[in-house]
Amino acid sequence: MSEPLLDAQDLTVRHGQLVALHEVSLQVSAGEVFAVVGANGAGKSTLLRTLAGLHPTHGRIRFAGEDITRESAHARVRHGIAMVPEGRRLFRSLTLEENIRIGQVNARAGSWDVAACYDLFGWMHARRHERVSHLSGGEQQQVAIARALVANPRLLLLDEVSLGLAPVIVQQIYRVLPTLLEQGISMLLVEQDVSQALRVANRFQCLLEGRTTLQGTPEQYTVHDVEAAYFGFTAEDAS
Amino acid sequence: MAEQVELDKRAAATAPARGPRILRSTRASRWAIGPGVVALAVLGYLPYLVDPNSTTTLVNFFILLVLGMTWNLLAGYAGLVSVGQQAYIGIGAYATLWFAQHGVEPFVALPIAAVFCAVVAFPLSWLVFRLRGGYFAIGTWVVAEVLALLTIRDSSLGGGTGTNVPGLDGFDPVVLGAITYWAALAVAVLTLAGCYIVLRSRVGLALTAVRDDETAARAVGVLVPRAKRIVYLVAALGAGAAGALLAISQLNVQPNNVYGVQWSAYMIFVVLIGGIGTLEGPIIGTIVFFVLQQTLSDQGAWYLIILGSVAVVMAVWARRGLWGLLDRWGLRLFPVGYRVLGARSGRL
Amino acid sequence: MNWINAIIQGLMLGGLFALFACGLSLLFGVLGIINLAHGDLAVLGAYVAVALLPSVHSNALWALLFVPPMFAIFGYGAQRTLLQRSMQSGPLTTLLVTFGLSVVLQNALQEGFSADSHSLSVGSLVTKAFHPASSISISYLRLGILVAAVIILVTVQLFLAGTSTGRQIRALSDDVEAASIVGINTRHVAGVAAAIAFATVAVAGLADGMYAQFAPTSGSQLLLFGFEAVIIGGLGSLWGTLLGGCVLGLAQTIGAQADPTIGVLVAHLVFLAILAVRPSGLMPATVEA
Repeated sequence: MSEPLLDAQDLTVRHGQLVALHEVSLQVSAGEVFAVVGANGAGKSTLLRTLAGLHPTHGRIRFAGEDITRESAHARVRHGIAMVPEGRRLFRSLTLEENIRIGQVNARAGSWDVAACYDLFGWMHARRHERVSHLSGGEQQQVAIARALVANPRLLLLDEVSLGLAPVIVQQIYRVLPTLLEQGISMLLVEQDVSQALRVANRFQCLLEGRTTLQGTPEQYTVHDVEAAYFGFTAEDAS
Repeated sequence: MAEQVELDKRAAATAPARGPRILRSTRASRWAIGPGVVALAVLGYLPYLVDPNSTTTLVNFFILLVLGMTWNLLAGYAGLVSVGQQAYIGIGAYATLWFAQHGVEPFVALPIAAVFCAVVAFPLSWLVFRLRGGYFAIGTWVVAEVLALLTIRDSSLGGGTGTNVPGLDGFDPVVLGAITYWAALAVAVLTLAGCYIVLRSRVGLALTAVRDDETAARAVGVLVPRAKRIVYLVAALGAGAAGALLAISQLNVQPNNVYGVQWSAYMIFVVLIGGIGTLEGPIIGTIVFFVLQQTLSDQGAWYLIILGSVAVVMAVWARRGLWGLLDRWGLRLFPVGYRVLGARSGRL
Repeated sequence: MNWINAIIQGLMLGGLFALFACGLSLLFGVLGIINLAHGDLAVLGAYVAVALLPSVHSNALWALLFVPPMFAIFGYGAQRTLLQRSMQSGPLTTLLVTFGLSVVLQNALQEGFSADSHSLSVGSLVTKAFHPASSISISYLRLGILVAAVIILVTVQLFLAGTSTGRQIRALSDDVEAASIVGINTRHVAGVAAAIAFATVAVAGLADGMYAQFAPTSGSQLLLFGFEAVIIGGLGSLWGTLLGGCVLGLAQTIGAQADPTIGVLVAHLVFLAILAVRPSGLMPATVEA
């Protein structure tokens, strides 16, 4: 079996006294969608942020054959990891187009550029000089994705893209993902909406209080199994 | 009916026999009471034991201590980093001068001048509270500058060069020195007591909440502006008393001296070195500052360079100051916190 | 001095304050640093010129060539070392650190150069003026400083708006974390912003030294006016700062025309009045909640 695109081993992250992640491991292969689910505070976002380079961690992260554990966040973009952060986090001082363009500062070579993003999201070109604060939540989310795309990543980290958005809008966004997959971008997404996540994921992992409680493909488990892992029930609690 | 009784009995049976107790004091604070009283007695007796030069030096020490404690209250607890407390030092000094010029005994004028500072601080607080963070700091500095510039215009108060404080010529110098010392000691003890009371009270609890997270404090109903205003007034009161003491002990008031921003530098250094946000910190800080000032006094501006550098280093690398370094074990001589005893551990 | 010249001088002071405050805004907007040592940095620039110019009579205009670049490098270095470190500890720390640095700087300058005033010689330029009308006299030096200040401010604004690094600086000021995950080398970009801030403050210090006397403690006055300019103009707006600077400069010179001793006081009072009535400033980019 060839080496996975992303291979994280025993990630442990502390915030002061609190252990946010405890020896969490995961692998993402090229060409797949991997979902991380779990309740609030389970550590999902911390996991993604650690992979992006925002938190120092014990353990090891290998990406495309290289050890990137000590690499800074901006250097990881050059390696091929791009993140769409929770809450969009667009730059208020920049226009729509500038927000996308800024994603190119440390980009890899590739076919994704601003024009390609305008093709993917048809509405953007007309509003490219607008302040991003004038955009709706769904529109901002799409700009955030575009900003990550122009870095030509191999792995896209999507942190709670559905948060705060109407279901219709969420569908619109998720419809874009298969296109990205076809173009060779693997995805690691964090979702609170478990059913949505499992619908698109090839494989998934469930976290609870910083630990892995379940791992595998959606077909392997019943809804009941996932719920138990999500909430931390044991067999006795359920009865 | 019987069901209800059954349920009540079950509830009573599972309730804890004794709930958690809340303690205010710590073992260290109880131990500190004895030596504290002794120290106070020794300090009170000091003028009979040492020469007048030493008591004058100690007066300056107490002035600095008062300024450090009140600035600590402002910045360490209320989050109001002011670089303009010298405004109230100046007003306190000049008010004392004015009262002395109009026949009031300077020592009597001292508390009046201090209260006057608090009165002036009230409208000024509305003005400066319009600013936040570093801009607030600058705003307080501007207010001090304006007050200095306005005061200088009055030639009866000495104009730009300053003037002497009348009304104290009749005293024997040694006696005057002793009374000044006792006044300074009293002001210092009162300030310490005052800060302690404020911090132990509900205002103190509110301030701790504000210090940790102002928005959250507002959200749970803490009257943040009111708490801050109270602290600002108390700090003005303290600085005013310090200014009055300055006027009395130096027998002379000069605008560059009393309105100078170097006082803010001293206050900040004292608190940074000793430890911001604790009552013990400014005491240690003042001691260290004083020792340094005395040993380096003939080196000109060097002592300020060294002090400034030390303060900078401590601000970055030892944020909790010297007391913070000792505080690893939760040492508290002045018990203003809460300790919960007897609560069950584990989840609710 | 006639009234026209007073107005020109007021506008020149405005340009000077704005130039000075430009660095202040950059450091605060991008790095979150309230630099209480900024005024002393300006004075340091003037003293560096004094130390490095071959003789007292050398024309200080030459200093404009080498002092700002020196300061740019100094600023980049300071950011990557001390300032970055204190930024991680929070806003209170940077306030206290910069205040401590201010005290150290002022006293070090005093030790090195004595408390006496100095000034930077610009040769005969200091007295040259042109006369558009018989009673009106406009000093070349003052006009030159005003023009230079506006040019520099426009250049900085264009740099921030039009270049990639400028966009990165703006992104950094919005959201440091997001900036790092989109690939911006935040430490380097912060250093560039600091370099610009330090270079502009050096020019401001040199200009100030050319038209007036300076001493180790002169920095405080400049600092207060710089901040007041930013507050009057409204946070986040470079043009607002220029407007705020001009308001202050005009208040000072017009006040001084009426009574030479109250110029500075009038300026401060105007600031306090505006603060009381319109705390968010005249042209705020954002309004405080």
